[in-house]
Amino acid sequence: MIQLKSICKSFEGRTVLEDISFTFENGKTNLIIGQSGSGKTVLMKCIVGLHTPEKGEILYDNRNFLTMGKKETKALRKEMGMIFQSAALFDSLSVLENVMFPLDMFSNDTYRERVKRAQFCLDRVNLIDAQNKYPGEISGGMQKRVAIARAIALNPQYLFCDEPNSGLDPKTSLVIDELIHDITEEFNMTTIINTHDMNSVMGIGDSILYIYQGHKEWEGTKDDVFTATNERLNNFIFASELLKKVKQEENKNNK
Amino acid sequence: MVKPISNLGNYMLLMGRVFSRPEKFRVYFKQYVSELQQLGINSIGIVLLISFFIGAVICIQIKLNIESPWMPRFVVGYTTREIMLLEFSSSIMCLILSGKVGSNIASEIGTMRVTQQIDALEIMGINSASYLILPKIMGLMTMIPFLVIFSIFAGIIGAFCTAWLAGIMNATDLEYGLQYCFIEWYIWCSFIKSLFFAFIIASVSAYFGYTVEGGSIAVGKASTDSVVSSSVLILFSDLILTQLLMG
Repeated sequence: MIQLKSICKSFEGRTVLEDISFTFENGKTNLIIGQSGSGKTVLMKCIVGLHTPEKGEILYDNRNFLTMGKKETKALRKEMGMIFQSAALFDSLSVLENVMFPLDMFSNDTYRERVKRAQFCLDRVNLIDAQNKYPGEISGGMQKRVAIARAIALNPQYLFCDEPNSGLDPKTSLVIDELIHDITEEFNMTTIINTHDMNSVMGIGDSILYIYQGHKEWEGTKDDVFTATNERLNNFIFASELLKKVKQEENKNNK
Repeated sequence: MVKPISNLGNYMLLMGRVFSRPEKFRVYFKQYVSELQQLGINSIGIVLLISFFIGAVICIQIKLNIESPWMPRFVVGYTTREIMLLEFSSSIMCLILSGKVGSNIASEIGTMRVTQQIDALEIMGINSASYLILPKIMGLMTMIPFLVIFSIFAGIIGAFCTAWLAGIMNATDLEYGLQYCFIEWYIWCSFIKSLFFAFIIASVSAYFGYTVEGGSIAVGKASTDSVVSSSVLILFSDLILTQLLMG
């Protein structure tokens, strides 16, 4: 479980995040949604420690991330896995070497055991056949799946995904969403996904935090979205004609 | 005035992170060996080529410009050796390498920054500065004395070839000049200077790459800035080192 308490962050006097409090629960896929520029990525960077908030607390299972020492921070980082928007795979390493990288750095297993673990993770994302290829030789969707395999290599407690569907077609996006959702349940992780993909919201949003211009505007689950009365949320979620029709149908059925 | 001071401060902080204890020696050693290849062995060709022709040109210029009845004929060989040994093979060659190796380091690390690969290392709990920069500094500092030796020999071979092919002087006079009043300390001076320059090239270029903010234009700018800054620092430190070592 990750708890945010009154997180505030600004850059050169411009407030980007204002008093955000929320609890991301264990074993669930927690979504941070909002328009581009609303502060989602900054919030996620604060949570993982790439930015330091000016105010507030970030508690990882009651351990305050912002006040812990270097040694504790390093230990906590080994419990984190992250999937970046650009996948951020190391170009000079093959797919297998990318997945093995965190194991090479932090595991004391033998080479054979590390290869076995990396192959297990690649198999979990259905990419065992691409293990000898380089990131430049595989598609964007496959790169995201390799990033997922790398992120789970050390059995993390916390998984962070920064717009995992960006640049992917709807079908591949669904595959990635389902994979993250299944892995979250399988390994009982606390997963936080930063997205503005409505398919993800409707499909895997166990818990949703909606940010509007740097502050918390709404929270709920994917089922609450249809009955939500928050105008800003509705304008954001049901921006497309297709989703507007879906909502009208849903409302008709409810009546 | 504030920006250079701020850059210097950030550079010192980065070096503090670079020279911290490596997380896993085995992984760092693998990176180090790969940098020996990328920064050192891949530079041998350009070093040999440039040094050969510069040695040849120096030989011709000296012969044409200082030839006189009262000047001994071996002076051409002597001057060629001194120029190659004292300045060209250490300082000028490092200036050339700052263009080739420096821009390579800055653009490689800069691209890793903008594609979030450095963020990925940080999230994993790896000291990205040390992991990426330390093997490059150590790799270049290991290879640079060898590159200096190759450069000196290539320059001398170039001078010999010119003397022989163009027939501007006989090889015996050139050989005598090359051996005349040889001081071993000058070789060490060359090595010491080149080690300082190698550190400047690798660390300054890595600093500019590591601190890139933005996209491809920023990476290009960092690459240019790294070459300009390391070249100026090499020239400045050459002045100080030459005075300290030979003054």
